[in-house]
Amino acid sequence: MNRRFSLFNATSLTLGFAFLYLPMVILIIFSFNASKLVAVWGGFSTRWYGELIQNEAFLDAAWVTLRVALLSSTFAAVLGTMAAYVMVRGGRFFGRTLFSGMIYAPLVMPEVITGLSLLLLFIAIGLDRGIMTIVLAHTTFSMCYVSVVVSSRLVTFDRSLEEAALDLGCTPFDAFRSVTLPNIAPAVISGWLLAFTLSLDDLVIASFTAGPSSTTLPIKIFSSVRLGVSPEINALSTLMIGVVTIGVVVASLVSKRAIARQQKDEQEARRT
Amino acid sequence: MLQDGSKSIFAPWSDPAATPLIRFQSVSKKFGHFTAVNDLNLDIYEREFFALLGPSGCGKTTLMRMLAGFEATSEGTILLDGQNIAPVPPNKRAVNMMFQSYALFPHLSVADNIAFGLKRSPMAKSDIQDRVEEMLKLVRLEQFARRKPHQISGGQRQRVALARSLAKAPRLLLLDEPLGALDKKLRQDTQFELMDIQERTGTTFVIVTHDQEEAMTVASRVAVMDQGELVQVDTPDRIYETPNSVYVADFIGEINLIEGNISPIEADRYALDWAEGQPPIIGTSQEMLREGTRCHFAIRPEKLAISAEPPTDRANCVTGTILDIAYLGNMSTYIVELSNGQTLKAQVANNRRIARRTFTWNDQVSLSWTDTAGVILTR
Repeated sequence: MNRRFSLFNATSLTLGFAFLYLPMVILIIFSFNASKLVAVWGGFSTRWYGELIQNEAFLDAAWVTLRVALLSSTFAAVLGTMAAYVMVRGGRFFGRTLFSGMIYAPLVMPEVITGLSLLLLFIAIGLDRGIMTIVLAHTTFSMCYVSVVVSSRLVTFDRSLEEAALDLGCTPFDAFRSVTLPNIAPAVISGWLLAFTLSLDDLVIASFTAGPSSTTLPIKIFSSVRLGVSPEINALSTLMIGVVTIGVVVASLVSKRAIARQQKDEQEARRT
Repeated sequence: MLQDGSKSIFAPWSDPAATPLIRFQSVSKKFGHFTAVNDLNLDIYEREFFALLGPSGCGKTTLMRMLAGFEATSEGTILLDGQNIAPVPPNKRAVNMMFQSYALFPHLSVADNIAFGLKRSPMAKSDIQDRVEEMLKLVRLEQFARRKPHQISGGQRQRVALARSLAKAPRLLLLDEPLGALDKKLRQDTQFELMDIQERTGTTFVIVTHDQEEAMTVASRVAVMDQGELVQVDTPDRIYETPNSVYVADFIGEINLIEGNISPIEADRYALDWAEGQPPIIGTSQEMLREGTRCHFAIRPEKLAISAEPPTDRANCVTGTILDIAYLGNMSTYIVELSNGQTLKAQVANNRRIARRTFTWNDQVSLSWTDTAGVILTR
């Protein structure tokens, strides 16, 4: 293989990364801008971060977003795992094909339609719009992501482990709890993380299902930007980028370490 | 339940008064249009080491999974200790299974794997600890109790799986290709270990295998299966010496098969006319065979004697030239072509150095055997 770092390689790398990260870099730089004008550099300052902490509307929105994300991703993890288990392990029951097709439908469904139909449903059953309706809506669209992740793990999961548990005296539920769940836990957790991030940055569905007292951060940012981009928004966005980056880095470090440890163990096993 | 001091041979299947531990009564299993097991009757007795042998897809694994409770019978009943086991779910059966993949729980240590079944039994906590140690000792893994399954070798994993399935002291232990993942040398050692453990624990073992050598080594009785049916159920020596069909004869070990027409000589002696210009083969059969019945004469390669001159004291003798010699170390197989083109295999133990071998390629030799050395097969 040619390992030489050619001009072509360098150019494509620069272009690709610039395309991906230039907007974010500009946003981060301007969040430290001392000037109130968004596009004019007025020297370095952390002033907007200070103002952000004092802005209660933003803090409230952040708190709502966090609660919605925590609740909906947890519900989605539970429901998605159950759905995946039934689809992979349930055998051939009546309507299985229809069910498995329908579980993935929200993946390709336009968000506007999902949001609108949920809104109509909540109005029809007379549910007041608030945090609970956003949680329900987010659970609905994110559980299919969880079930995709978990079912791909279940497919490769050796079925005889469950049979061995039954053979050794477990009831089917005990076998799931004490053998299946510990082994698919990484998939459930990454499904949960996925659902959490999806809920964090959802704007469309949240704006259909949110009430006046339950504004999420994306809604808040979007509506503030319509009045003009403020440096405060830049600071807030930079913080969100930071949180997501830390999350991604930690997750990849954890999984890398788990793999490395397993490889080391296996090498040791071969030596003994 | 040890046998009384007498040195009687263990053969409950030939005792009509013995009650079997497991009884298959016209059991069938269908998957859609595919019949995996077809109207099968079989008795397995307490303390037996019973082998189900057959090619893949013959229904042997299905049979085992029905015993474990993972498959339901389509027709017929299976009795364990005289009880119909159909309504009993797998977790309530006094049957444990050792899986082909071992199915060790990756998130639990070796000791916790062994304790897994015990924790789900009424056994007291302090007794569980003792039982786990006893099992670790049985399979010689005391130092590995704290390791996780992926931290031990394949052979050790196999022993953990065995210990785990034996921990609950089941009435019946099912072993699904237990040695399939081990290399040949380790497999042979483990076979003897399995037999030893089976004898010490007195558990009834049912093993599924496609390896005929393994079945012959470990089992007290072997059931040869083909397409969902039992072809022959017998002790390993009888399966080898007196196969009841061409299928069994061909499946177990090497064999020479000669097809021809029968003509009775006297009592149980028959002559088989099989090729023009060749003397008829003289053999014996307990069956009454009609003149002209199309039959196979089957004889093992090691039962053929090879000599330069035709011997005078043997019932059968043919001559031919050595076509090929396969040197296997402890023995050599000579492939001898007769004048009519038929080839026969003769196996001779190499009790002399190879440089002093009497015969070589293209030598004219005589193959001879007695009238009771082979069997006449009608199917």
